[in-house]
Amino acid sequence: MKMKMKFLPVAFTTIIALVLFAFTPAGKVYLTHTGHISFYAGTSLEDIQADNYQVAANLNPATGDMAFSMLIKGFEFKRALMQEHFNENYMESDKYPKSTFRGKISNIGAVNFDKNGTYKVTVSGVLDIHGVSKNVTEPGTIIVTADSVREKSDFDITLKDYKIEIPSVVKNKIKEVVQIRVDVAYKK
Amino acid sequence: MLAQLDSGLMPKTNYTTAAFKATRVINAQSVENLSEGVLDFSIDHRFGPVNQGFYNFFGLDEANTRFQFDYGIKDWLQVGIGRSAQPKSYGGNIKLKLLRQSSGKVNMPVTAVYNFYTNIDALTYTGPRNNDFEYRLAYVHQLVLGRKFSDAFSLELIPTMIHTNLVALNTEKNNQYAMGLAFRQKLSKRIAFTFEYFYLYPTMSVTDIFTNSLSMGIDIETGGHVFQVHLTNSLAMNENDVITDRTENWLKGGIHLGFNISREFTLYKPGHKAI
Repeated sequence: MKMKMKFLPVAFTTIIALVLFAFTPAGKVYLTHTGHISFYAGTSLEDIQADNYQVAANLNPATGDMAFSMLIKGFEFKRALMQEHFNENYMESDKYPKSTFRGKISNIGAVNFDKNGTYKVTVSGVLDIHGVSKNVTEPGTIIVTADSVREKSDFDITLKDYKIEIPSVVKNKIKEVVQIRVDVAYKK
Repeated sequence: MLAQLDSGLMPKTNYTTAAFKATRVINAQSVENLSEGVLDFSIDHRFGPVNQGFYNFFGLDEANTRFQFDYGIKDWLQVGIGRSAQPKSYGGNIKLKLLRQSSGKVNMPVTAVYNFYTNIDALTYTGPRNNDFEYRLAYVHQLVLGRKFSDAFSLELIPTMIHTNLVALNTEKNNQYAMGLAFRQKLSKRIAFTFEYFYLYPTMSVTDIFTNSLSMGIDIETGGHVFQVHLTNSLAMNENDVITDRTENWLKGGIHLGFNISREFTLYKPGHKAI
């Protein structure tokens, strides 16, 4: 009888502990399919700007692991012909349909996901564009509100690094260094 | 983390784009339609035939010009109007995209486009022919079936029916049938070789196949312009005369140097589309 009595509280505590672990936020990963990434590659001679509103992104708030994935054909331009050239001649979207980033927020501990605020972070990882992967480290911001978490980052890339060629005939219409703007929001 | 994203990301159907660089290959319609809100203006030029010899500087002294405006009302509906100097004519067409080549959830091996062109003969005639307006009309119905086989190679077949309201001789038929073939082979990212041939089903005696419209050329694309330079045995540029007016022979020097220059203008950008 004594053995049985001891067994019950141990079992009960174990069950409570397991249940509590199941509800800790460490297990949750933020996910969205409507992230926004845009870029500007224009000069005074040509306005080259495009937006992709269908970026898939996720973020693990406990470890800081994160990733982005987007279809190159998802970038929308004001001019259909510019969009066609972007896909056909520059990005070769049939060969390289996606661009991805997989990395980590190195100082994720500095972000309190339960407290509203703006937190500066550093992101490091591998950026894959046009079939070329490069290690990048860039600053970013995480904005926490009661019902959302928003990641923002502005950084530059050099087209040559990703083997994206600008022909000499349009060299003064397209910038070699392109400004990229990331703005991804997750619902909590 | 990346694997989790992949499952939700790829679109179900991948539609083929840019099988050809312009809405026309040389004289023939390509399977490409202009996007909604885009206006394309082109000036097409044909010199005289090389067999005119040195006196006419191998045909360069003679010139034929066509002005053409094409507009995308919807991505699948394009309209156009144009005017040629020789034969003096006005024409208008509707280009309807019926099927789009795609892979993925929806697998469609070809792009199919229906082209309907009406030509108005604008010459002044004297003599016994009937000059009522309806006798100046000709109609062309075409089904352009094309496939982008690879990044570099696209091919299309164009079964065609031409109805001419008034023909010159009793022995000529009002309805004629033809089969067109056109392809483009990219030579580099911005330069392509184009080829076009229209076989007109003979309605009278068998005629030399080298008098059928045969053209070949190069497309050079720079920014918003496409330059098309070619050699052709058709002086005409309007659909019905290109196919039926077979008076010149490649083997006898009936070759014209020609070029098309077109420029696209975006008049408006339609709303946000999901891919």
